[in-house]
Amino acid sequence: MRTTTLKSVLPVLLPAKAKSGSLFSFRLKLWHGIILLCICLLTSTAGFAQSDPIKASVFEILLRWMPLLLTAFIFNIAISMLAMGIGTAAGTVLGLGQISPNAGLRKFCWFITQFFRNSPWLVLLFFAMFLLPFEFSIGGIDIPLPDWLKATIGLSLPVMANMSEIVRGAVNSLPSGQWEAAESLAYSRRQTLWLVILPQCVKRMLPPWMNLYSILTMATVLASVVGVSEVMTTTGRALASEGGRPDLLAPFYSFVLLIFFIYCYPIARWTVYLEKKFAVKG
Amino acid sequence: MTWTINEPMVSIRDVYKSFGAFEVLKGISLDVMKGEVICIIGPSGSGKSTLIRCINALNDIQKGSILVEGQEVNDPKLDKLELRKKVGMVFQQYNLFPHKTALQNIMMAPVRVLKQDKAEVEKIARELIRKVRLEGKEDAYPGELSGGQQQRVAIARSLAMNPDVILFDEVTAALDPETVGEVLQTIKLLAEEGMTCILVTHEMAFAREVADHIYFTDRGVIVEHGPPETFFSEAKDPRTKEFLSQIL
Amino acid sequence: MQEYFEWFRILYEETGINLPFLYDSYDRNRMFQGFLMTIKLSVVCLFFSVIIGIIGAWLQGSSLKWTRRIVDAYIQLFRNTPPLVQLYFFYFAIGSLMPKVATEWGGEAPLLGNFAWAVISLSFFAGAFNVEIFRSGIEAVPNSTVEAAEALGFSKFQIYKDITLPLAFRVCLPSLNNNLVNLVKTTTLAYAIAVPEMLYEANQIWSDNVNVTEMMLFLLFAYFILVGALVWCTNRWERALRIPGYGS
Repeated sequence: MRTTTLKSVLPVLLPAKAKSGSLFSFRLKLWHGIILLCICLLTSTAGFAQSDPIKASVFEILLRWMPLLLTAFIFNIAISMLAMGIGTAAGTVLGLGQISPNAGLRKFCWFITQFFRNSPWLVLLFFAMFLLPFEFSIGGIDIPLPDWLKATIGLSLPVMANMSEIVRGAVNSLPSGQWEAAESLAYSRRQTLWLVILPQCVKRMLPPWMNLYSILTMATVLASVVGVSEVMTTTGRALASEGGRPDLLAPFYSFVLLIFFIYCYPIARWTVYLEKKFAVKG
Repeated sequence: MTWTINEPMVSIRDVYKSFGAFEVLKGISLDVMKGEVICIIGPSGSGKSTLIRCINALNDIQKGSILVEGQEVNDPKLDKLELRKKVGMVFQQYNLFPHKTALQNIMMAPVRVLKQDKAEVEKIARELIRKVRLEGKEDAYPGELSGGQQQRVAIARSLAMNPDVILFDEVTAALDPETVGEVLQTIKLLAEEGMTCILVTHEMAFAREVADHIYFTDRGVIVEHGPPETFFSEAKDPRTKEFLSQIL
Repeated sequence: MQEYFEWFRILYEETGINLPFLYDSYDRNRMFQGFLMTIKLSVVCLFFSVIIGIIGAWLQGSSLKWTRRIVDAYIQLFRNTPPLVQLYFFYFAIGSLMPKVATEWGGEAPLLGNFAWAVISLSFFAGAFNVEIFRSGIEAVPNSTVEAAEALGFSKFQIYKDITLPLAFRVCLPSLNNNLVNLVKTTTLAYAIAVPEMLYEANQIWSDNVNVTEMMLFLLFAYFILVGALVWCTNRWERALRIPGYGS
């Protein structure tokens, strides 16, 4: 009796089941990366099948260049971290300026934020590359400004603007009762901000901040367009020195995609995890 | 089809319903004549809401028969549109369409589903708004209305389809106490006009006042039923007694 | 008009501030064409990315596990890798595998040009975001609202058209607009494969005139105005569609 009802019930439950499955469907595991790796390997072997047997196999070539490409990628990471540091510091100041009680300062910071937020990253990168001097002097000492540092500064501009919005958004998202409570306890504005408001904001800012870092990391390849020798530039050089074989293109570019994926995907997963965790706790 | 006014308008016979392994309805039978007002009471989770959702085929049943004006609901070839023209429903959470004004909410189904003339429908809709005493709220969005007002719009919305029977699924359960009265009054008005109503409710005083017949359900079966005069004073089953003693 | 343009030539001669895209008709035309190309690229990519988003969201609701997994893999792949490398991958790697077609001059040309590859690459990039935006929008429509429409006799298609989509669209709109703004900014990447959009044309002009500073500032200003206008319009649009008392 029971089994028969169970059977007839199943069709009713099916759609609901399918839905619960798709609800958090980006709960994806390692195999994302594995698929990329497969594409990488498949295209390599496909290229191998096409190419002259005398020439070295595609996979061997990729293996030979791998250490250099990975070193270049570490350079990308270094740029991203430095730019994130500069951008976060400048963006926090700018964001606090956006919530300043001084209307003039508030408007000014708002404008700077919007200006750099609305500009494409690549344009800002060009802007920094061409308009920053190659060296500057402080107190008679000449400090050189190499290309990669200029690129880092160029990348930190949009980071700064986005950070500014994150700070403003986080502070505004706190219930006004927090300000009122602190005020009634005779805290000064500065004390309220540093002791009450900002500590609560850090939790809210963390997921969007990490998301921003992930976007920045992916933007570091833009530096190749302006001639900084990071991973994309190195890939181009590797391809050129192998004689520009078309069968090498797909494996090399897939490899670059793969290393970025391996670096950025865990960050994205962690961001989603934190978002959920903080959302529940409020 | 062959239904006549002397037969029950809604006839439920030996209905079984389960969600997975959990049996919600275990052989329910009841009849509702035209113009009757039926109240179904019982503890939470006793299957009351499921039962009336089965009447207009929002939930399907595993076994048994539900006839609405002679039309079998438990039938894979059921013409749901035909059924839902006859059976209106009002929900606990009002479920108004948030992107439409009160007037548009009422007009939408007659215009889109029944393809009635828009000007004609608007005239009827404005009359219905007057009937539920919401004059002046025609162009308000649901989000701008109180719970009681939203629920009255929902009642007007189902009336606009000109149904033969209306199902009320705990329509006052989500309301603030001060707005419960206005909704109950609207339902009472409908009952007095001779509308066939099936209510699931926790408002015992209201049930006693308007119901022609009261059914008490617990754990998927009808434990006891009778006219309100005798039901409340002469309950026989210990489960009914216990429930009534808790709630009265 | 010409006199006005001439004024900038005098400005150049007097102060050295060189704005050839204003006084020189050739450069002016180049810059304008670049602007048009940016708009064209944005509009075409917007169109295809929305199509990809709708199809992806629909496939994600599929009951087949592998269909959902492939859509998820697509989303994660395109969201977690640099769009520039994606563009290179499409243009160089896949482009080199595509067959060539004979041109009318007897030579060979690739089947798809750089504009087409930019459209494909950027559409897939923006589309990956749209899939999630659309899915979350449809999930945000409460099941009970859909049920209410069902009880009023709406057909599946009518519910989708009149209830689910209008509500989901309002939920999606802010994220969708945000994605659109990002898309416009991302079109600058097409510079890397020599699609003659604004950045590319500006680069051509500063190479010819050696006026990087002026061009750079103009470019920043131009994007600020373009994106600022877009943001302003989308904000107006969102406000116009806002339902009183619904959402935040």
